[in-house]
Amino acid sequence: MTNMTAFQQQCYRVVTDSNLSPKQKSNNLALLAENHLPYVELDLETKHALEQRVICDMYEGHAPYKPRYVLPDYQLYLKQGSVWLELEPANDFDDALNMLTIIYHHVPSVTGMPVYLGRLDELLLPYVGSLTENELYARLKRFWIMLDRNLPDAFMHANIGPSDNIICRLLLRIDRELKQVAPNLTFFYDEKITPESLLTVAIACICETGKPHIANYNLIAKDFDKMGFGVVSCYNSLPVAGGGSTLSRINLKEVALRSEDRHDFLTNMLPYYCRLQLNLIKERSQFLYEKSNFFTNSFLVNEGLIKPERFAPMFGIFAMAEAVNILQEKAHLSGRYGQDEQADLLALEISQQLADFVNQHTVTYGWRNKAMLHAQSGISIDHGLTPGVRIPYGEEPDPVSHIMSVFVHHKYYSSGISDILTIDETIKNNQAALLKICLAAFELGMREFTANISGNDLVRVTGYMVRLSDIAKFKQQGSRTNTTVLGSEAASDSSGFLHRQPRVISHEQNMGHS
Amino acid sequence: MNKTWAIVNKILPFSCVDGPGNRLVIFLQGCNFHCLNCHNPYTIQLCQNCGQCVGNCPNLALSFDKGKTVWQSEQCKQCDTCIQICPNQSSPMTYRYSVEEMLTVIRKYLPFLNGITFSGGEATLQLPFIQQLFAQIKSTADLKHLTCFIDSNGYLPRQGWQKVIPLMDGAMIDLKAWDNHVHKYLTGRDNQRVKDSINYLAARNQLYEVRLLLIPEQTDLLFNVAKIAEFLNLLPHKPRIRINAFHSHGVTGNAKNWHSATQRDVENFATQLSKYGLNKLTLPAVYLT
Repeated sequence: MTNMTAFQQQCYRVVTDSNLSPKQKSNNLALLAENHLPYVELDLETKHALEQRVICDMYEGHAPYKPRYVLPDYQLYLKQGSVWLELEPANDFDDALNMLTIIYHHVPSVTGMPVYLGRLDELLLPYVGSLTENELYARLKRFWIMLDRNLPDAFMHANIGPSDNIICRLLLRIDRELKQVAPNLTFFYDEKITPESLLTVAIACICETGKPHIANYNLIAKDFDKMGFGVVSCYNSLPVAGGGSTLSRINLKEVALRSEDRHDFLTNMLPYYCRLQLNLIKERSQFLYEKSNFFTNSFLVNEGLIKPERFAPMFGIFAMAEAVNILQEKAHLSGRYGQDEQADLLALEISQQLADFVNQHTVTYGWRNKAMLHAQSGISIDHGLTPGVRIPYGEEPDPVSHIMSVFVHHKYYSSGISDILTIDETIKNNQAALLKICLAAFELGMREFTANISGNDLVRVTGYMVRLSDIAKFKQQGSRTNTTVLGSEAASDSSGFLHRQPRVISHEQNMGHS
Repeated sequence: MNKTWAIVNKILPFSCVDGPGNRLVIFLQGCNFHCLNCHNPYTIQLCQNCGQCVGNCPNLALSFDKGKTVWQSEQCKQCDTCIQICPNQSSPMTYRYSVEEMLTVIRKYLPFLNGITFSGGEATLQLPFIQQLFAQIKSTADLKHLTCFIDSNGYLPRQGWQKVIPLMDGAMIDLKAWDNHVHKYLTGRDNQRVKDSINYLAARNQLYEVRLLLIPEQTDLLFNVAKIAEFLNLLPHKPRIRINAFHSHGVTGNAKNWHSATQRDVENFATQLSKYGLNKLTLPAVYLT
């Protein structure tokens, strides 16, 4: 050990870790190697802000060589087959499932595994043919088990709905039966298309598994084009046939700490750090587009499954709650974010200003030449920092008041925002109540509706799922699911995740060895 | 008395245990039962304006004006010192709402609501207010889809129910003990009126739910399963039956030492009831021990 360089010691710790699988070790080693390279070139101010972690690059790596989130056009793939993968177009249901199984292994992302599995019902419906419900059930169930076991990453995300169809209903049923951590599941709700009976089924599933997460389809679709969008990883809405190139985030708490008062925050400090974050985003995307050769040699690009111009850099923020509370204290005001009208209005002003900033600045490698504003839901090392614009754990009011104080932010965060409602398990005896507040939330303008039901083993941590029982086992045995290690890291948080109501913890990237 | 305002202890915009769907629950102050096991004993008595709490409020949220105790909610930190000091075990932290003010609150939460429920305390002690509010809801275009429920101890006489039945959608009634003497020991009142209310409401299809609170070693429900089942089976329009499990959190006096009802106790009781053909049973989702 003593003769090793610092880099070798880091690698050695990964290699000899008793809780990581060989695959998990090689992912961590790759990240260490990437981070042994010099960081993409940054000006001094941006570099300083990054070092101080006022802005954060999500530990994506020093030299981005793959986009953060990739959303291939799987429909096109099934229709045309793939020259690169030597596959004919799909003829039947089994072909389609087999082809998806194959391509998922070739879709890169920040986690090394696909974060987007496609709109599965829409993708598979053309191939149902004469298969009966029972025959479809058996195939989809095997497929669902395969996803969880072969691609054990809870950032992997499938989309279904908004139409009422047999695949959508079967996947809801199977997901509820299997109670797997992966894949995560988003159900698109469209008031014009989705019958209440189907939404009721989705609500019943939430009561047992916390899944699906429900997206307000029409509202989100307005921010995209006809090609559509997917919800991937933890509540990221991104263009299909594109994705998210990179994600950086501003720690609003750090900005508030550096501000004299509210006025200084809004007129000087926030615009300053917004500019630095934009610099960071520009430099990172430039490396990805111009140096890494990702977009010049990927079969996904060559076969038209993704298009470079459909990738958006994500302009993230987090710790709104802490920022507002600090600014309130600096003004000698006691009202806290999520509980006080004045504090909430300040938060709203900050969101408006962030949205204006993002809309007013063009970026070379952006979707429609813009970045997209994102309320980032946290990473495992965020202690005492609340994800996105959420209300801090333990301070949330009842679910109705909760929704009423946060929905106003949702329209600004076009690439995703999430609030997770913690609901008492008595709701299981009265699911109509959950249905009602979901519909009301959408009526008010929430982009997404997500609930954790207390008492369940499967719970949402930031945006992905963990089994509490897995976390308990992890320390002894390790886990075959990549994200359990993150849940475990988060669970040791001083806020005492496991000792209180199931609450939301945050992180998106394996920080254990970086 | 033609009362146009109510003394309110609390309003919750989210409840999934007080009737169908999500309900705004209005907890009215004051009760005519003195249950030994009461979980909210500070809702029993109305404030007597004795002023003893005023000087003891650490946040200066209480004052005394023209013989009345005045509470300023903006100053209050909900520390409950006043409740602990009150010789009457009451709370000065109550609100007065007019019917109009209550309608404003309801409209604020309207998209979220399937209906409203009056609870307590004992809601029916302020029946004229309930009547007026329900009448307003049922006759107003944007509100009339809301269902109107009352959660009651069942002590209201028939003449009282007659006034409100045309305006409401259902009631939840607690049957706290089967034998009168046990009921009187637990609540301080007879239970004949409670049984009458159950019969009367059921006959008019206004009995949404009967609630049976299981308190090990204190209540007699377990020993009277056959009689309770016979009583409930004779009702027309069979109500839902909710079994609640006693737990000692929040209670005062001797009841603090009573045993909580366990999941096993509740399931045993439910099994026995179901043997008599009662099947619309709701059991607790959570057991606190």
